[in-house]
Amino acid sequence: MDPSKLPGFLLRRGVKAVIVLLAIIVCNFLLIHAAPGDPASVIAGQSGAADEKFLAQLRQQFGLDQPLHVQLWLYVKGVATLDLGFSHRQQQPVLLLVAERLPATLLLTGAAFGFAVLAGVAMGTLAAQRVGSWADSLITVLALACYATPLFWVGLMLVLLFGVWLEWLPVFGMMTVGANLSGFALVVDVGRHLLLPALTLGLFYMAVYARLTRATMLEVADQDFVKTARAKGVPEGQVTRRHILRNALLPVITFAGIQAGQLVGGAILVETVFAWPGIGRLAFEALLARDYPVLMGVFFATSVMVVAFNLLTDLLYAVIDPRVEVEG
Amino acid sequence: MSLLTVEGLTVALPPGAERPHAITDITLQVDRGEILCVVGESGSGKSITANAVMGLLPKALPRQAGRILLEGQELTGLGPEALRRLRGDRMAMIFQEPMTALNPLMRVGDQIAEVLEVHGAGARARDRVPELLAAVNLPDPGSLARAHPFRLSGGQRQRVMIAMALALEPALLIADEPTTALDVTTQMQILRLVREIQTRRGMGVMFITHDFGVVAEIADRVVVMQHGRIVEQGAADEVLNRPQHPYTRALIAAVPHGAPQARAAMATPVVLAAQGVAKTYRRGGWFGPRATVRAVHDADFVLRRGETLGLVGESGSGKSTLARCVVDLVKPEAGRMLFHGQDLRPLSRAARKPFRQRIQMVFQDPFASLNPRRRVGEIIAEGPITHGTPRAAALARARDLLALVQLDPGAMDRYPHEFSGGQRQRIGIARALAMEPELLIADEPVSALDVSVQAQVLKLLADIRGRLGLTMLFITHDLRVAAQVCDRVAVMQQGAIVEQGPTDQVFGAPRHPYTRQLLDSIPGRGWTPPDLQDPQA
Amino acid sequence: MSDFWRRYARNKGAVVGLVILILVALIAATAPLIFPGSPWDMAGAPFLPPGEMGMLLGSDSLGRDVAAGIAHGARVSLLVGAVSTVAALAVGVTLGAIAGYLGGLADDLVMRFTEFFQTIPSFVLAILLVAIFTPTLSSVVFAIAIVSWPPVARVVRAEFLSLRSREFVQAAEVLGKSRLAIVVTDILPNALSPIIVLASLMVATAILLESALSFLGLGDPNLMSWGFLIGSGRSVIRIAWWMSVFPGIAIFLTVLALNLVGEGLSDALNPRLARTRGGKA
Repeated sequence: MDPSKLPGFLLRRGVKAVIVLLAIIVCNFLLIHAAPGDPASVIAGQSGAADEKFLAQLRQQFGLDQPLHVQLWLYVKGVATLDLGFSHRQQQPVLLLVAERLPATLLLTGAAFGFAVLAGVAMGTLAAQRVGSWADSLITVLALACYATPLFWVGLMLVLLFGVWLEWLPVFGMMTVGANLSGFALVVDVGRHLLLPALTLGLFYMAVYARLTRATMLEVADQDFVKTARAKGVPEGQVTRRHILRNALLPVITFAGIQAGQLVGGAILVETVFAWPGIGRLAFEALLARDYPVLMGVFFATSVMVVAFNLLTDLLYAVIDPRVEVEG
Repeated sequence: MSLLTVEGLTVALPPGAERPHAITDITLQVDRGEILCVVGESGSGKSITANAVMGLLPKALPRQAGRILLEGQELTGLGPEALRRLRGDRMAMIFQEPMTALNPLMRVGDQIAEVLEVHGAGARARDRVPELLAAVNLPDPGSLARAHPFRLSGGQRQRVMIAMALALEPALLIADEPTTALDVTTQMQILRLVREIQTRRGMGVMFITHDFGVVAEIADRVVVMQHGRIVEQGAADEVLNRPQHPYTRALIAAVPHGAPQARAAMATPVVLAAQGVAKTYRRGGWFGPRATVRAVHDADFVLRRGETLGLVGESGSGKSTLARCVVDLVKPEAGRMLFHGQDLRPLSRAARKPFRQRIQMVFQDPFASLNPRRRVGEIIAEGPITHGTPRAAALARARDLLALVQLDPGAMDRYPHEFSGGQRQRIGIARALAMEPELLIADEPVSALDVSVQAQVLKLLADIRGRLGLTMLFITHDLRVAAQVCDRVAVMQQGAIVEQGPTDQVFGAPRHPYTRQLLDSIPGRGWTPPDLQDPQA
Repeated sequence: MSDFWRRYARNKGAVVGLVILILVALIAATAPLIFPGSPWDMAGAPFLPPGEMGMLLGSDSLGRDVAAGIAHGARVSLLVGAVSTVAALAVGVTLGAIAGYLGGLADDLVMRFTEFFQTIPSFVLAILLVAIFTPTLSSVVFAIAIVSWPPVARVVRAEFLSLRSREFVQAAEVLGKSRLAIVVTDILPNALSPIIVLASLMVATAILLESALSFLGLGDPNLMSWGFLIGSGRSVIRIAWWMSVFPGIAIFLTVLALNLVGEGLSDALNPRLARTRGGKA
């Protein structure tokens, strides 16, 4: 894409992102009102539903006796000013709870994604290059196995293997409790704790990317320009790198964007199994307590993450593929 | 010593294919400074021969016998690395589809420089690129080199391919149908370019094609292939004007003779009249740039009963769009489409239905124009059944029609994939005739067929037209076919009809410059196919 | 028809998948016979390792038979998987067909709607939905269907778009067939293959989703499902590993089988694509 068109492209995508987020906020609003029972008790959450004074205060705050569109406006205004509600159970604003835990989740999902992409693309490329050989069959079977196993079960099995039976790696939390480490020692400690959760979350997506990369590499390898490259006398290695791989990666980038939402969702399961202190764990605890404001806050926060990530992948795609024209 | 010698080359096909070998016992040679044309229909093995010389055969097609020698060096025993070094350097190849033959993500200049870099030219490679682009007559080579392939037209991309192939001045150039996917005017430019470069550098060229016109235009010597074997070879003049082998004779007899006969003007009533028909496509929605394409504008023509009007032009000329406007597959936004005086354009879907019976269409792609999941009998009977004919009667009629198009009635219960391209076109014709239409629109009905099959289908159409008194609107890009089939012809360029009139007048004494350019671009138009009376008649 | 089975059988993995699937379905169907009574009933002492007291796969924290739980759980998983897939297909096929065939504004609207649903984190939404509507069988099926329909709509739309401009569909228009007749007799039969393949993969995903929801405690409390079994074994994994391992294997085998069957169906319905997938000439 022509570099001068970049700002316009970003602006358009940015507007689209804001619209999506608005729609999600409206979605949240509708959910509150679609739930059985009094919206105030939904907002209060199970713990707060018993407190009549709190309910009355909520009713006034959200104007629940006012017409629906006014309520919607108040709600949207609230979220836009980053007022995500109050958790009665934890006695803290939802925004604070989410902001505290967000970095941990970002670390986990970032590590898992990095692992998944690198390992997956490498495996897929290898399988495509040696298509039909035992290496290809092995990789395909491995990918299928990782793809078919439930995420949380893989986590549990890894806990069993490395935490209980072999006792090689820590299986709970992000850092060793009470150790008060800093600097490089802290990094190593977090890293040791990060290894299993990131592996768990990443294995499924590694399988996805491996299968996808293999399929697109095989498809691209059949195309005419690859034959042209060989006819020019380009060595096989360069044909694979410059011609096949570059073109095969485009669908992978698109797919990564689409998968982002599911990756974040998977974090909930992984954080639950490994007691990783991120927003996923927060969601699980809120689930147990039926603390709806926190749940919705997590929903909103994860949506923001996904939208931001999609923006990045769109940008990356547009930079790599010169055919992407400036369109809406 | 010949530049390229192929002796007794045999390549096997995987088990289960329609014959055991892709090519059998191929022996040919190409000398310096000559163009050898390899002619054949699809499946004749010509591409496989070319790929075998370059060492680009897939593993599934092993070479079983024979030798290949390039500049005296035996290629057949060489390892892959040695063969790779020769590719691009001593022998080069260009392919058929310019739209997919270049890496879409790399700049054009980089792709040309790659050839030079790979063969050791190093850092200086990039400097030579503008000079190479200029040598193939591409304008503004400096900025073109920085462009990506999608910005170039088909003809420009093919020139880039040629520049890439010739960068290291190879002794042998293999061209695998390089002009088949190009417009006729672009094709002529590329053919002339190849001829010019070949003469200048004294290269040997192996040019693969299925078009005898191209052979007549550029060949020094000719090799004719059928079913994987060479059936005839010799000097161009000999093979073209005095063919010996029955297959060669059949192929040449099938070439449309290109000379239109004078036909008396018809005085029959007007069946179809188009007045000011226009169709514009708008791209882009609420966001992003708008692009408007005037596919058809100011289209006026008249078609009388019993005559055949040809719409001729290159791709993008609007001929298919205009034809589709008649049957409402494309909805024009302006103009009148008068069928026996009644304007069809404003009609609703329901009001149009009775007219459907009287106007029918035959499509171009035999592999996409029949529903793969229905039997042939049902496909043909569908039309009449939709318009109220009882099923039994419709199926009986389908059987009769199959006989009319010279297919055996057993075809009724088979599925389309069991038939060849030519047979499927016949089924398509039968389907159109089932409705007993007055007006038949034929949208490039033979363009996707091999030349011998083409002749058969054209003969069938002529036969049916005469017998049933059909009026036809015939769309084609092939001027020879138009000359043979059409009474009157309308030449289209970029959405407008630039000239129309009786075929012999338009082709004999063209007035519009575009028509003249089009006629000049017919390959081998100086050659008249000899009149071959089949001795085994 | 026999052509189809012959092509299917060429893919060994697909045959294995089909066998496994049939076995799972059999177990689900005959669960009340093999393990009579309710799986919630106590069958022996708690935390018995596999093989003791006639319980092949051990017992859980309340002395319930793990094997019985898995067998009865098969019914829940297959049921939820099938029903939610059907629901998702109904929504997805309809929307995709509308978008693909009508084009224009309808297409734009449906696509924006679909894109929105694909952007939001689907699992989080599912959790939210089940939590708010209280976990029952219907709310779980509903939630899974809601997050699963977008890929169907995309595939169906793509197929319809490509088929709509195919020449045999244009020929049907020229013949004067009604729009409905064209969709039903010309387009749909040719669009079915990718839908069928997608459906088998969707059942697999639905089973994974359902087990994840049950694991988090969001399954129907009256139904014993595989996810629930694993969830209940989580806190006692140090002393009763079999509670978590075996149900997980059950999920793994079923999902694997569905994926293999999906690939086999794809090969059988699209022989040309099968060759590119395997890289054979």
